[in-house]
Amino acid sequence: MVAYALHLAILAGIYIILTISLNLIIGYAGQVSLGHAAFFGIGAYASALVSLHWHFPFPAAALSAVLMAGLCGLALGLPTLRLKEDYLAIVTLGFGVIVDLVFLNLDITGGPDGLPGIPPPSFWGVTFRQPWHYLILVAILVILVLAATYRLVDSYHGRALRAIRDHEITAQVMGINSPAYKVAIFTLAAALAGLAGSLYAHYITFINPESFGLHTSILILAMVVLGGMGSIGGSVLGAVILTILPELLREVHGYQDLVYGALLVGLLILRPEGILGRGKLSLKFLQREG
Amino acid sequence: MLTLKSVQAGYGRLPVLKGISLHVRPGEVVTLIGGNGAGKTTTLSTISGLLPARKGAIEFAGRDLTRMAPERIVTLGLALVPEGRRVFHTLSVTANLELGAYHRRDKAEVRRDLEEIRERFPILKERAHQAAGTLSGGEQQILVIGRALMARPRLLMLDEPSMGLAPRMVTQVYDILAELKAQGTTILLVEQNARAALKVADRGYVLETGRIILDGSAADLREDPEVQRAYLGKGYREVWE
Repeated sequence: MVAYALHLAILAGIYIILTISLNLIIGYAGQVSLGHAAFFGIGAYASALVSLHWHFPFPAAALSAVLMAGLCGLALGLPTLRLKEDYLAIVTLGFGVIVDLVFLNLDITGGPDGLPGIPPPSFWGVTFRQPWHYLILVAILVILVLAATYRLVDSYHGRALRAIRDHEITAQVMGINSPAYKVAIFTLAAALAGLAGSLYAHYITFINPESFGLHTSILILAMVVLGGMGSIGGSVLGAVILTILPELLREVHGYQDLVYGALLVGLLILRPEGILGRGKLSLKFLQREG
Repeated sequence: MLTLKSVQAGYGRLPVLKGISLHVRPGEVVTLIGGNGAGKTTTLSTISGLLPARKGAIEFAGRDLTRMAPERIVTLGLALVPEGRRVFHTLSVTANLELGAYHRRDKAEVRRDLEEIRERFPILKERAHQAAGTLSGGEQQILVIGRALMARPRLLMLDEPSMGLAPRMVTQVYDILAELKAQGTTILLVEQNARAALKVADRGYVLETGRIILDGSAADLREDPEVQRAYLGKGYREVWE
């Protein structure tokens, strides 16, 4: 039971990083991304591959994951972030599907069988084999990510980002280079998702494409929306709730998806801005505005 | 200071400005009046760099703005108060004001300007921590003017500052403009409310379907029979009754 609780806590920590990273894109810069799990997967595969083939120690592997996911974020962001919300939603959705297919079909990623035998992190003479060791590692990284994002969103640049979300053209008239900001935040978010991917790969020690598909993108999105867009605390809450809730709902076996769905729908009706959020869910891309 | 020479611009294949020439001298208040769809907002968007000019030249303080990005143009000292009170609604009043000085690097001076603007418009101090979206229309208009002043503009451009405001608020906004004028601020004012605009302006241009059809001193324009008929509503009552 304790082991199970530890397992959930580690997963929740990884999802917190993922949710915060997506919230930077959606809640702070006001952009849409429906393919965020792709960066999670890119980070996981990059980290696993450099560990398996080149025997990179964990810090170097994690760094590779961050750089690789960040580069892919940059490559996707540069041409697409000039698109309006609805088109951006479609492009990111497509990107997620393509990346998933790439994992499934490349030899180097092991195809549908995935990559087994990823070594647990080991550095400074300590091997993080025990779950509670790993929990400490995840907790430290979550705290670092939390501190960094809190600083970022409260800074001069954070204010500029929120100005872009509130009204992009007016932000430009203030002298804010909105395309540059959007690409930068998209790249940063992708890099953070890559870090989460690395943590995931070295914890589970086995990865396959199933963990990084559309349903994961939607799950992360649900965590952002539930916790509240534009709220870091909300992201933590959303990630924790949606990691634990499905486990609690095992009791009502067979009906868990029903309860889960009803909760989300109820929330969107009663509190569309999320538990701690300020802005409403940006479904503007579904309802064209003038 | 600002010169437009036969500027053409439009959206997609639709031409809106069909060759606009105008100029604003330092210390002047110039107004651009005209009805809906005349191209007033398009003119300001083109000057700000939000919309590319297809033909013609725009020059500000000796620099060519025609191919410049909007965020660069701001740094030259051109501030725009956009149409429809575009506050950053989820950000606090103070954060809105600070964003007006986004491109400035002189932090100490920005602090001082912030204090000065809050002294000048006490409502912005009272509501400092409130989200800007919760302010009334008139308060938001004051906020966006204050935000533009935070840029320490050499030229302030305002797009229909009286639109949708209660008459009492219109008076208040125009009192502010008169005050700015007295201090020597250079202003380009776009208005549908020609009566209010011509009262504060030195000179004016009348824009109709993308062309300037008339220009002159504000006093002359006020006396012009065509302007009176079309924009000041003179004779309207007599015809009606």
